Amino acid sequence: MFEDRGPGRSPVREGAGPGKGPPQAHRPPPRHPRTCAPYPTPYPTPYPTPYPTPYPPPAKDLHAHPHPPLHLSVALDRIAGHGAEPYLRAARLAERGRLDFVTLGDSLGPPRRGVSRLDALAVLARIAPATERIGLVPTVTTTHTEPFHVSSAVSTLDWVSRGRAGWTVDVSADEAAARHFGRRAAAPAAELWREAGEVADVVARLWDSWEDDAEIRDTATGRFIDRDKLHYVDFEGTGFSVRGPAIVPRPPQGHPVTAVDATDPLPRAVAAAHADLAFLRVPRHGDATRALRAARDDLRRRARDAGRGEPLPLVVASLPVALYAAADAVALADLAGAWYADGLVDGLHLRPEDPDRDLALLVDGTVPVLQHRGLLRSFYPGGTLREHLCLPRPANRYARALAGGTA
Amino acid sequence: MTHDHGAHRGRKRIHLAAHFPGVNNTTVWADPRSGSQIDFSSFVHLARTAERGLFDFFFLAEGLRLREHHGRVHDLDVVGRPESLTLLSALAAVTDRLGLAATVNATFNEPYELARRLASLDHLSGGRAAWNVVTSSDAFTGENFRRGGFLDRADRYTRAAESVATARELWDSWPAGAPRPFAHHGRHFDISGTFDVARPPQGHPVIIQAGDSAEGREFAASAADVVFSRHGGLDAGRAFHADVKRRLGAYGRRPEDLKIMPGVTVVLGDTAAEAQEKAAEIRRQQVSPQTALLTLEQVWGRDLSAYDPDGPLPDIDPDPAGDVAHGRVRVADPLAVAARWRALAEAKGLSIRQTVIETSGRQSFIGTPGAVAAEMAEFVAKGAADGFILVPHLTPGGLDDFVDRVVPLLQERGAFRTEYTGTTLREHLGLPAARQPDHVKG
Repeated sequence: MFEDRGPGRSPVREGAGPGKGPPQAHRPPPRHPRTCAPYPTPYPTPYPTPYPTPYPPPAKDLHAHPHPPLHLSVALDRIAGHGAEPYLRAARLAERGRLDFVTLGDSLGPPRRGVSRLDALAVLARIAPATERIGLVPTVTTTHTEPFHVSSAVSTLDWVSRGRAGWTVDVSADEAAARHFGRRAAAPAAELWREAGEVADVVARLWDSWEDDAEIRDTATGRFIDRDKLHYVDFEGTGFSVRGPAIVPRPPQGHPVTAVDATDPLPRAVAAAHADLAFLRVPRHGDATRALRAARDDLRRRARDAGRGEPLPLVVASLPVALYAAADAVALADLAGAWYADGLVDGLHLRPEDPDRDLALLVDGTVPVLQHRGLLRSFYPGGTLREHLCLPRPANRYARALAGGTA
Repeated sequence: MTHDHGAHRGRKRIHLAAHFPGVNNTTVWADPRSGSQIDFSSFVHLARTAERGLFDFFFLAEGLRLREHHGRVHDLDVVGRPESLTLLSALAAVTDRLGLAATVNATFNEPYELARRLASLDHLSGGRAAWNVVTSSDAFTGENFRRGGFLDRADRYTRAAESVATARELWDSWPAGAPRPFAHHGRHFDISGTFDVARPPQGHPVIIQAGDSAEGREFAASAADVVFSRHGGLDAGRAFHADVKRRLGAYGRRPEDLKIMPGVTVVLGDTAAEAQEKAAEIRRQQVSPQTALLTLEQVWGRDLSAYDPDGPLPDIDPDPAGDVAHGRVRVADPLAVAARWRALAEAKGLSIRQTVIETSGRQSFIGTPGAVAAEMAEFVAKGAADGFILVPHLTPGGLDDFVDRVVPLLQERGAFRTEYTGTTLREHLGLPAARQPDHVKG
């Protein structure tokens, strides 16, 4: 997902963070009105399987946490091996740390450094039944894959994980990937990102093309579905069109979480218009705080300009980490706490240099410190990734249009 | 693995697969036992039942456009399903040996991405992936895709064959250690580069083919490992089996290199009479009054909504140019079908609904568990099939009875495995190790 996966160096070690002094992060100031509902959030779907909760119910005083917690996520990109096991171990560890989600990058280009790479969405689908709560966010590229397939695959990931799916939108700008397909030459990034925005748009429309209660099983009339609650999307993009409706019924979250790496200006425009969550890579050099603040403000301005209301895209700082000792883990907690207290970011996305080493220290070192400071929850109050992120389940645009038009 | 498919007590071993209940009126949704067709737990139940029954593989069909009738989404059958490869990747987590077969269209997918997704499933499942190769020439389906979907009929098979050959070239391009660059310059695909998935555990995931035309049979003989056939009857099955196996020699393949598995339905009863009663009841459930009229409209090519499904057949003739249904195979000769149905209805005094029930296919195997086991074993012994793909009519419990009551009898007869002796789907099917593709022969 991120192109700068050079030897990871912790910004903690480089002193890139703002927090030289002790963090004063016990009471984060209120920001935009994206507060979590009192815990536990009711499972908002009409589907009849209440998710079995493996965790004890939260103590009463934790129920009405007034502010969203810090959102912590981790990249599984540097895990080696062909099978599912190493990914599964890492995802379970992240789940033990009550992280919001894991990400897995992907590309349709040639292998990097001669290392075999599996389809990221398939890997996270394989992990889904073997985990309970952790969100699963693969990178999916939009340049060579049919938008209809993208929609179906992410929707299916949401079904098999019972509402824990997201996707990070990316493009294939390289000539090598274009030659793997032989259908179109590599195009300028501006064109590819404009198309990615269209794909993100049509994918969400396809998710809405079934209303939640379209399945009626009405034996009296012999009808399995109410076809008035299925909708053609009739999307006309610059280079493609999609008729709809989707093959897959509306997924448990309504819309799986859409993420974009919004560090660069072109994808930032897509994030502003379409993303629930935007990653901002922390620069290796210079004043990280100032760079993040500038990018965040620009993202929010663009989102408002694009007509977005609350909630605006969550802002998640993405940074490489290398944790060698408990002190590193605590320093990372200090950095996260400081950035969060400043209102600089909504969360952190950590890209471990060595997942085996770094993830254990993150979960056993950084996480408890943040929990102790009241910044990170110690349990999963909800079942879906949207619930972890305190994002509402979106209304269906077609259902709303119908109600407004005729009722 | 010779043990698994070879002679055992003088009998050929049967291969068994399970089809997730389909998006058509074979699947009965109005039955109180019918559960969700989309919730993951339904897939888990069916797949685990199939694995408990030591089946070779679990099969998912594909849809890329919802079917329509009179220009509106068809609403009488089960609608909605997951995307196959993603669903099967998840099922790999809750099964251990069961093969996982995805239907994926070669018209609306490019070989690089398909090969990559199938290789990924094969890695994630420890060598259990299969690809049922289908094609479409259907502009109706094409409206959901960039490609638009036009391929004339002949091109469908050349594209499918070249897709399979290209995927195998990609799987072969990373034999061990480091990847080798690939280059494929063909009629449908002109691609080059470096594949990014190491060689799959099976070498090549298993290839399934389901077409029935002469081109389809030839494609199967040249490139497939399994044929999903529609010839469930003894005589038709033997003729099909002999025809397809005869074609293998031209490609340097032995008869055992390709398994022929018809899709079949099974109804069990404690007595033969009870089984027949249950079979008739299931057919009634499958043909609701509304489904009866709709089936009639597909033959007549006309709006017949004013007719009473419990009344006589229409006296007007079919409109051969009528075009009421989209996303289905069209009735080839509607006038002849209508004449046959009228004759039947007149002879037996049948209503519209009764006629449709009477003319819809009977279940393949109806009887006591012992009788069904004997009949299945006989089919295989007589060369009508190498095994069967079971299509249950209920989600998710539709396989339970078969696995509990018939599988043990097949095992007693020595006609079915008593344990998995291999770990990969190729091993279950007794297929030879993957080899270089023969795409230039013929």
